[in-house]
Amino acid sequence: MDLVTPDLGLLFWMLVSFSVVFFILKKFAWPVILRSLKEREESIDQALHEAEKAREEVANLQSDSQRVLQEVQQQRDDMLKETRRIKESLLEEARQQAAEERRKMLAETADLIANEKAAASDELKREMAAHAVAIARMLLKKELTGDQAQQTLIDTYLKDLDLQS
Amino acid sequence: MHRSSSYGLSGASIRLLLTAGLCMLAAVMYAAPGEKEESFDVGQFVFEHIQDAHSWHICKIGGKDIAIPLPVLVYSKQTGWHAFMSSRLREGAEWKGFFIEEEGDEAGKLLERLPDGSTHRPGLDLSITKNVCAIFISIALLLAIFLSMARVCAGRRGKAPKGLQNMMETVILFIRDEVAIPSIGKEKYEAYMPYLLTIFFFILVNNLMGLLPIFPGGANVTGNIAVTLSLALFTFLMTNIKSTKTYWKDIVNTPGAPVWLKLPIPIMPVVEIIGIFTKPFVLMVRLFANITAGHMVIMTFFSLIFVFGIIRAWLGFAVASVSIAFTIFMTFLELLVAFIQAYVFTALSAVYFGMSAIEEETH
Repeated sequence: MDLVTPDLGLLFWMLVSFSVVFFILKKFAWPVILRSLKEREESIDQALHEAEKAREEVANLQSDSQRVLQEVQQQRDDMLKETRRIKESLLEEARQQAAEERRKMLAETADLIANEKAAASDELKREMAAHAVAIARMLLKKELTGDQAQQTLIDTYLKDLDLQS
Repeated sequence: MHRSSSYGLSGASIRLLLTAGLCMLAAVMYAAPGEKEESFDVGQFVFEHIQDAHSWHICKIGGKDIAIPLPVLVYSKQTGWHAFMSSRLREGAEWKGFFIEEEGDEAGKLLERLPDGSTHRPGLDLSITKNVCAIFISIALLLAIFLSMARVCAGRRGKAPKGLQNMMETVILFIRDEVAIPSIGKEKYEAYMPYLLTIFFFILVNNLMGLLPIFPGGANVTGNIAVTLSLALFTFLMTNIKSTKTYWKDIVNTPGAPVWLKLPIPIMPVVEIIGIFTKPFVLMVRLFANITAGHMVIMTFFSLIFVFGIIRAWLGFAVASVSIAFTIFMTFLELLVAFIQAYVFTALSAVYFGMSAIEEETH
């Protein structure tokens, strides 16, 4: 049947013209078009990739600032604690020093008192002795005037008094 | 899966409509003749449209054909090369011993009358026929579209696509991502992309041009066996020229087939070698049959108007509304078929390329 018998002339023209169009498009059209498609795809890919990276960086920055904030807070807390500790220790030291001072003062006072007391008692003894002697002299002046024995006795007693004080 | 289902659907509907169209054609051919002197030959009307011609017939006004004359380029074994316009051969006229046969098996063909009165086909007929002319128009269109697109692509580097560029890129990306890469593989598809894109757009443009009812469309280019034969031949050549050693080894020694199928009688190798030729042959027949069938059905519906119009004028107008509605439906279907057939031809070519580009380690 004629419909399915290929016509030689048409076959010839078809082979020639298709080869020509294939050659021209292959040389001048397809590489340019396909390359531009590929380039665009790659640039979109890259842009998406970069956006992802930027997002990651922002997240990193955020977590960084969080960390810094936490560190600062920690530092502040530490400093406060340290200050409190220093204050406590200073106070304690002051307290101890004051106590020491007081203790020293007390001791000194006690010494002073003891000395004064000793001096006063010495004074008192001496005065009492003087008074006693005076009284005694007055007594003796009356009864023992010129009595050697009595004078000796008085001295003995005086000595005893000295030893006791 | 997607491919086979979409093709199967269109194939089935085409077959159904073709059957319906042919039934009507047969009914009309039996009913029409003998009623009046002036009769309308549906078969001739349809086949004249489907077949190639030496002039581009546009219409008939007052019994006179309006046609674009085309160059005739012919070689005769007796008288050598001849070139003239087909207007010389109008209505059976003879020029330099050549004429166009009007009846019989060779109707519409260019014949040569020898001095002894016998006629025969000339040695070589390289005339620019209607189909050749339509191919040239399609090629001009293809080159215009894609060369301008390439220029736009080069000029708009790194910018968003625009207009025609955007539309074509969608189709090109479809061919690349849905046809070439799945069939051939990511490593090798690039070498085949120019060919796949060229056949896809060549078939598509010719299919669509064929759907236009009037010049510069209306020629049945992709429904011509010579055209589909050459397209299949290109796919055949591409498949086998770029094939790998593994492909040929698998043909001679099919992996997975039992030994008794290869020795002593080499059944499998013979089947495989036949397969090398049947694959492009199937491509050729499928495209030819689908497009021809579509054109036939549309033309048959149109011819109904004239068949009934000759019996009674009012009957013709009555039938016209139904016929036109059917033709519109068919044209939409053909629009779909135009895309599907371009896709199927390209997709199957890609599958064949994928088979022949197979490497040892991939299986």
